[in-house]
Amino acid sequence: MDQLLQQTLSGVATGAIYASLALALVMIYRATESVNFAQGEMAMFSTYIAWTFMQAGMPYWAAFLLTVAASFIGGVLIERIVIRPVETAPILTHVIVFIGLLVILNSLAGWIFTYMEKEFPSPFPDKPLFHGMITSHDLGVIGVTLCMLVLLFLFFRFTPLGLAMRAAAQSPASARLAGIRVGWMLAIGWGLAAAVGAVAGIMVAPVIFLDPNMMSGVLLYAFAGALLGGISSPGGAVLGGLIVGVLENLVGTYLITSDLRLSVALLLIVITLVVKPSGLFGTTLVRRV
Amino acid sequence: MAPLLEVRDLKAYYGPTEALHGIDFGVDEGGITALLGANGAGKTTVLRAVCGMIARSGEIRFAGKRIDGAATENIVRMGVAHAPEGRGTFVNLSVEENLRIGAYVRRERKPVAADIGRMYQYFPRLAERRRQQAGTLSGGEQQMLAIARALMLRPRLLVLDEPSFGLGPLVVAHIFEIMGTVRREERVSILLVEQNASLALELADHAYLLETGKIVMAGTSREFQLDEQVRRSYLGY
Repeated sequence: MDQLLQQTLSGVATGAIYASLALALVMIYRATESVNFAQGEMAMFSTYIAWTFMQAGMPYWAAFLLTVAASFIGGVLIERIVIRPVETAPILTHVIVFIGLLVILNSLAGWIFTYMEKEFPSPFPDKPLFHGMITSHDLGVIGVTLCMLVLLFLFFRFTPLGLAMRAAAQSPASARLAGIRVGWMLAIGWGLAAAVGAVAGIMVAPVIFLDPNMMSGVLLYAFAGALLGGISSPGGAVLGGLIVGVLENLVGTYLITSDLRLSVALLLIVITLVVKPSGLFGTTLVRRV
Repeated sequence: MAPLLEVRDLKAYYGPTEALHGIDFGVDEGGITALLGANGAGKTTVLRAVCGMIARSGEIRFAGKRIDGAATENIVRMGVAHAPEGRGTFVNLSVEENLRIGAYVRRERKPVAADIGRMYQYFPRLAERRRQQAGTLSGGEQQMLAIARALMLRPRLLVLDEPSFGLGPLVVAHIFEIMGTVRREERVSILLVEQNASLALELADHAYLLETGKIVMAGTSREFQLDEQVRRSYLGY
């Protein structure tokens, strides 16, 4: 019983990371109607930026905040420079651009930082809490993710800019008629997604170590989470990410060897697409043809 | 009266196809101008061209300034509010959020809140449904919302595309009554596209008749109402 609870809580912690990345995917999906395959590599690159800051002697949280800010700007720049020119292009073009971005960021990181695994610090002391139920790192991850989700919710729900971003993603033509600069809203959306991804990368790096391919597995779980919750629903993506985290941990502990864990994500993706393609909370996109 | 909107030799294009072949018209400060014409005459195209939503050439002046090269959002920021064909509702947002978006470019909080209250007085139905998703509104309610959202900008020029489209006669009467009130109380000029010519002419003081992308008649509403040809073709008596 103790082990079950322990594994569940640890699953919630990894699930929180999948949830963050899944949310980043959904934010881009809602604005562009395509899935950003480079989301994981963007997060990986952000984590390297944080590592560089820390190597330069910067305190952890200063490096954290600076990295999140830098990632926001990086996301905005990527949208302006890379995505903008193909904005109206067909979906296949988007996919190719995203894959190109993935390869570029991956190689760039390998070139600058080498492919050697690096250790990455956790700000939370490595000690078990509540009679070994949960480690302080896991609890810290859950806390940081929760804070970020609440901030994002408040931003989208209660600020004029958040409202304008929702409007622009939903109906660009109408948004323009309200004076909203739709292009900038998309760029800010990319910035926010990159910042959210940066938090996920920094939080997961102490566990899986820092290297240019660190996010490929995490991104798969995040895909599974986003699909399970519904790729068009931010709340669904968060819940989906958490479910995937817990499920992965429990199945990996009780049913199969941990080498097969990644297949849980793939299986979930297949099952979701076969049984309920719109996910648990997503809406089916209806389009006039 | 000085013209608020002046349009000269306006041409508009859908891809390589020229849809407007050089038209001239204007809206007076505080006036209501109606564009009449049959389906496919180019009425909606004129509104889209004025607001920079399609490729266009020619000279468009708003309050003395050239806007024919400006982007839609900048034209809106100068005070042109457009309630588009299809109503442009943000279906996943609440009624009140739709109204807030209409006032997005205004930064003052209190007057915006007061304006939302005023819209609810014009359209009590919207007040009842303020927390509801706008996509669940009926056609008439969505049209009210489109007009209210446009008014939230505090525009100098209100551009309305077929406000009576697809609505029952009672709802249409209510909407046109409100537009009369709006004109008196808000001192806003209106550019109106309408298939229901007799309704439009009652409200407007000037009118233009479009046929296949050209203006074939211009005059005061009175002149239109008395014209034998217009009466037979468009007013039906």
